[in-house]
Amino acid sequence: MAEFIKKEREFVVPGDEIISSMDFLPGRNCLREGNSIYAKRLGIVNLDGRVISVIPLTGVYFPRVGDMVIGEVEDVQSNGWVVNINSAHSAYLPLSGVREFIDTSKTDLSRVYGVGEVIYANIMSVVSSNSIHLSMQDPRCRKFRSGRIVRMNPSKIPRLIGRQGSMIMMIKDLTGCRINVGQNGVICIEGEKEDLVIKAIEVIEHESQSEGLTDKISMLLGGGKTTPLPEKPRREETHEFQMEPAEEPFEDEEMEGEVS
Amino acid sequence: MKELKREDGRKADELRPVVIKAGIIEQADGSAMVSLGKTTAIAAVYGPRIVHPKHKQVSDRAILQTFYSMVPFSTSERVRPGPSRRSQEISKVTREALEPAIFLEEFPKTAIDVFIDIIEADAGTRTAGINAASVALADAGIPMRDLVAAAAAGKIEDHFVLDLRGKEEEETKCDMPVAYMPRKKQVTLLQMDGDLSAEDAKEVMRTAIKGCEILYEKQKQALREKWVK
Repeated sequence: MAEFIKKEREFVVPGDEIISSMDFLPGRNCLREGNSIYAKRLGIVNLDGRVISVIPLTGVYFPRVGDMVIGEVEDVQSNGWVVNINSAHSAYLPLSGVREFIDTSKTDLSRVYGVGEVIYANIMSVVSSNSIHLSMQDPRCRKFRSGRIVRMNPSKIPRLIGRQGSMIMMIKDLTGCRINVGQNGVICIEGEKEDLVIKAIEVIEHESQSEGLTDKISMLLGGGKTTPLPEKPRREETHEFQMEPAEEPFEDEEMEGEVS
Repeated sequence: MKELKREDGRKADELRPVVIKAGIIEQADGSAMVSLGKTTAIAAVYGPRIVHPKHKQVSDRAILQTFYSMVPFSTSERVRPGPSRRSQEISKVTREALEPAIFLEEFPKTAIDVFIDIIEADAGTRTAGINAASVALADAGIPMRDLVAAAAAGKIEDHFVLDLRGKEEEETKCDMPVAYMPRKKQVTLLQMDGDLSAEDAKEVMRTAIKGCEILYEKQKQALREKWVK
């Protein structure tokens, strides 16, 4: 059995040889040449059965169907909106993606979502890298009317959410803030202790590889060492995976009585 | 053959003092600074991102756009800001030196922009620029086949000399910058100013490649220093 030149969880840069063996398959961000598997991107070696991959530590967001993302409206067009989601290309939110019925002959689309407004949307389809379509149908989708926007590296978002949402739930509980996390590395925080949440995010971003991170964040937020998750279901509160109340249907004087 | 005496005390096959730092420009997606003695280059990478103007985009891959420029105070005589024929040529060869390393096919219809600015110039600016650009591209998370390292070599009297300083450019029989991907031993830039026999030219190239291999390890080290806490 060949020796790993770069072991699991070790840092690699493009061109680094990970192993010289035909027993493994090159996964994401890896390539095979001859007998060896090399890293294509800067990141950490990951081993999953026989598949070697590199988890990138940096890079633009790669859109995936089903991801919830936070984006800023860049342009209002005749049948939809162009939204910046921090990816190689901007995304498009078509009229059909919005929950309410909108009569375009009576409503100016910029009154629904205007340029510069920030929305929490769902990626409906990715036909090619430059054709990303969004939708607002998911009950969690909404427009942010207030709150602070923070950016973090998209590859660290899973660490911010934690196993089954444990990390993000802990942060929400200890700070009492409403936090929406976009898979594209954008986070919206609403509440009084916004600064504390931002500090926690910075720590997670810089120390995502270390052990005992959950305890560290808990202590930072004044919660003491963490206890294991309780067995009984958690209270109804602002839970990442629970249905958020639907956004109030937007009001337009001429539309009264027509909103579904 | 007697030992060559270089003014700065270096041996013939010795590089100038090398300093490489990754991630020095926070706003950019990736960045790096490389100093070879008194030559310092800073590279900033943005991308992959949308191409402006749109007609430049290529449907099946990303385009690499490189911009090499010297800042006015980089030399004792002020350099006029803005593109010049020399900077356009260096931008082009830099791009051609980096393209073979990047997986452009993974980002169709986008651009990867690389800005290289020379903040102090004492010969070897294009090699410093390429070294910095490689580190910046890796720092930006761009998938690459390998890092690209670059070094220049020449021949002074009977010695094959690595990493020429400004003054040595006047004494050398040839100035040969080389960019190299050490993993597969592939040369991506080869230029020569001078007059040499074929045998000598090959030897100068080998000298430059040895310099590239040393710089390659230092590039990796710089990335490690930034990313591993």
